[in-house]
Amino acid sequence: MTTDVQSNNSRVEQFLTFQLAGEAYGVEILKVQEIRGWEAVRVIPNTPAFVKGVLNLRGSVVPIIDLRERFSLEHCEYSPKTVVIVLCVEHGASQFVMGIVADAVSDVLDINLEEIKKSPNFGSKIDTRYMRGMHVYKKKMIMLLDVDKLLNPDEVEGIESLV
Amino acid sequence: MSIDMSQFHQVFFEECFEGLEAMESGLLTLDMGDIDSEIINTIFRGAHSIKGGSGTFGFTVVADYTHIMETLLDEMRDGRRQVTQPAVDVLLGSVDCLREMLTAIQNEQDVNNASVAKHKSALEVVLNGGTVTEELSPPVEQEAVVSEELAVNVVPDIVEEESIELGEQGWKIAFCPYLDLLKTGNDPVRLFRELNELGDLTTTANIQDVPGFYELDPEECNISWDLKVVGDISGDEIREIFNWVEGDCEMEIQPLAKAVKSTPVVKKADPEPAAVITPSNPAPKPVEVKPKVATETKKSDSQDADNDATKNTAKASSIRVDTDKIDTLINMVGEVVITQSMLGLVGENFSMDKVGQLKRGLAQLERHTRDLQQSVMNIRMLPISFVFSRFPRLVHDISSKLDKKIALKLVGENTEVDKAVVELINDPLVHLIRNSLDHGIEMPADRVAAGKPETGTIELKAYHRGGHIVIEIIDDGRGLDKDKLLAKAIEKGLIEENNLLTEKQIFELIFMPGFSTAEQLTDISGRGVGMDVVRRNIQSLGGNIEIISELGKGTTIAIHLPLTLAILDGQSVAVGDETYIVPLVSIIESINITERMLNKVAGKGETFRLRNEYLPVIRMRRIFNVHSGNPTKSKEGVLVVVEGQGELCCLLVDELLGQQQVVIKSLEANYRRVEGVSGATILGDGSVALILDVPGLVRFSIR
Repeated sequence: MTTDVQSNNSRVEQFLTFQLAGEAYGVEILKVQEIRGWEAVRVIPNTPAFVKGVLNLRGSVVPIIDLRERFSLEHCEYSPKTVVIVLCVEHGASQFVMGIVADAVSDVLDINLEEIKKSPNFGSKIDTRYMRGMHVYKKKMIMLLDVDKLLNPDEVEGIESLV
Repeated sequence: MSIDMSQFHQVFFEECFEGLEAMESGLLTLDMGDIDSEIINTIFRGAHSIKGGSGTFGFTVVADYTHIMETLLDEMRDGRRQVTQPAVDVLLGSVDCLREMLTAIQNEQDVNNASVAKHKSALEVVLNGGTVTEELSPPVEQEAVVSEELAVNVVPDIVEEESIELGEQGWKIAFCPYLDLLKTGNDPVRLFRELNELGDLTTTANIQDVPGFYELDPEECNISWDLKVVGDISGDEIREIFNWVEGDCEMEIQPLAKAVKSTPVVKKADPEPAAVITPSNPAPKPVEVKPKVATETKKSDSQDADNDATKNTAKASSIRVDTDKIDTLINMVGEVVITQSMLGLVGENFSMDKVGQLKRGLAQLERHTRDLQQSVMNIRMLPISFVFSRFPRLVHDISSKLDKKIALKLVGENTEVDKAVVELINDPLVHLIRNSLDHGIEMPADRVAAGKPETGTIELKAYHRGGHIVIEIIDDGRGLDKDKLLAKAIEKGLIEENNLLTEKQIFELIFMPGFSTAEQLTDISGRGVGMDVVRRNIQSLGGNIEIISELGKGTTIAIHLPLTLAILDGQSVAVGDETYIVPLVSIIESINITERMLNKVAGKGETFRLRNEYLPVIRMRRIFNVHSGNPTKSKEGVLVVVEGQGELCCLLVDELLGQQQVVIKSLEANYRRVEGVSGATILGDGSVALILDVPGLVRFSIR
């Protein structure tokens, strides 16, 4: 990855940043399909708590995942400001559409790939697999998420078995 | 010529498989005594277009092979050769072989050269063997016959076959167009280009006839050509290219190998077919070719095991749709767009006096949407003949193997069913037909003794009945013997001895696993697996199967299937705040109950006594962890008695909401399988409801 970036200094990607319990997170904007307000979902029985349920998105059934619960952050009531970011996740050759619940969307940032810092190693206790890296913007840290790894359906299932 | 041919491959393969099917059905309808030349023509056309196509795409193996078939068929067509049953059988085998080859090429695997060579030599034996017997019938010396044949201008054909064996070939063409060739719109350059695609083309133009510049008429063609094409090409392909200019030129097509012509011709006369295959011919390149073939064979051998292991990878599934259906669809979409813009207009400056207009618009939109849905569904509908067309072959093969005389009658082949149903119904039907062939129809002698016509009949019938398609397999064979079935079931311990069963229940015994009444096993049927699989397959399609039989008169097996797998009749039930859909086909009955009517069984949950039968109760609230809604209400609820895979159980829900047709959406598309849920659907208010997987729940309750 690093050699790749060095050879091409001007590679810039756009990231959509959003708020979650006071922290800023970012996802690649190319993965974002749409952003919509929170609405009631249909609960799927016997799934981990962070899988809130499924939503009818113009005829396809899309699972919705609460990132607060996924990241074990304190829970908060959904408000009219709560948004669902619908993401297109690639997994192998197939594509999945999934939604994540976030407190609010903030901005679209142009981030030079070179400026993305590797996520620090927190030791084996904290899993940084789902992080693409960190970015500092206006002295605030933004955690850039790797959507494909975070929302991989197998991963979602795997976590369930750990819980 | 830098067009990427691979984009046409899919179409080519589809056409080939269609061609093969046409050939197969043609071969099967051939009546030995009375040859219908139209049928032979159909078969010939099938072979011809496969040959042409495979040549174009560079699948020379297929082209070569088809060429031999074509030669045989051509002789049959011209009446030069008798159509005999062995020949037809060999041709049928060749159709199978071609299908294998094409499948292998389609999946980018190596063609199984060994089996191709086997079929090829079988074809040649027929081809040569037939000739030999014909030649022998008039008591003339063989040599003479050969020269006679030569005189009848069969030369190119013979040499051509020979050279295909050797794997190398070329043609010399003297092409001398008449002066007005260009006026007919033909362009020699185009012909040459086509020739060049077949093989390596060398052209020599003879310009001695070209007049001086002042006398030159630009619209006249004064040049003649000597052409040489090197490559593995059949004479027919060359002739096909020149088809259009046939009347406008003088032309002579000769094989390059003519120099060594005398040798192959003598070979041809050799009555021993094996000799044809040995490449002892002094033709230019056989030495080079032989090792190549050998290595290929080796390669394919080593890959044989892999071939079996690799499944048919990523085959793009496509569907052929009538243009009419698409036109209707486009028309419909147009209507919807118009209605939508009309509604938009109404909404723009809405006032109460426009309410009537709005209502009218909405009604129109509803009608159009319904039509649209129907015509989209129609696209997925295929005539059931896609399945039925395979059976004449099956019946033909098996009946000859069993020495039975059986006629297959197809009725209602144009009945349309959903594509998914077409794909899934094939295996169960094959099984049922094999059963009818093997167990149903008696041996000819037995039939005559029973006062029936010697030839048995199996009728395969499809028709629509109220949102279902019914497929019936009717045979006039010996029928099911109730007493024998009962005795067998008792003997195998499948039922209790003193059980009283209705006729229907007795017949249904044959669906029990491990049940077979056949006295002896054959490779066709009789191992007692199968019927239970058939029933499970059909039930998984949401259908059911029914048997009507009369001893000595025959058996009718009727399969009822839903027209489509995309829509399901469902009963929506409420559990707390959640709504679930229970497939209507699995519901036996629903009962209003109170808590007191359930019996607790220590350690085993709850049961409900329904007419002297204790059924396990599944509390939907509990197994789906639903905590919403009014808990006091669960003191009473509705028990929905459902059946899944032959087991009954009760689902305890809060209330029944209503029946509706729901469109099935997959949960797996964006998520994964969830236990107890077979899919999802969207309700009228736009929210999602989960469809319950009844067999899954039943399994769950037993566990």
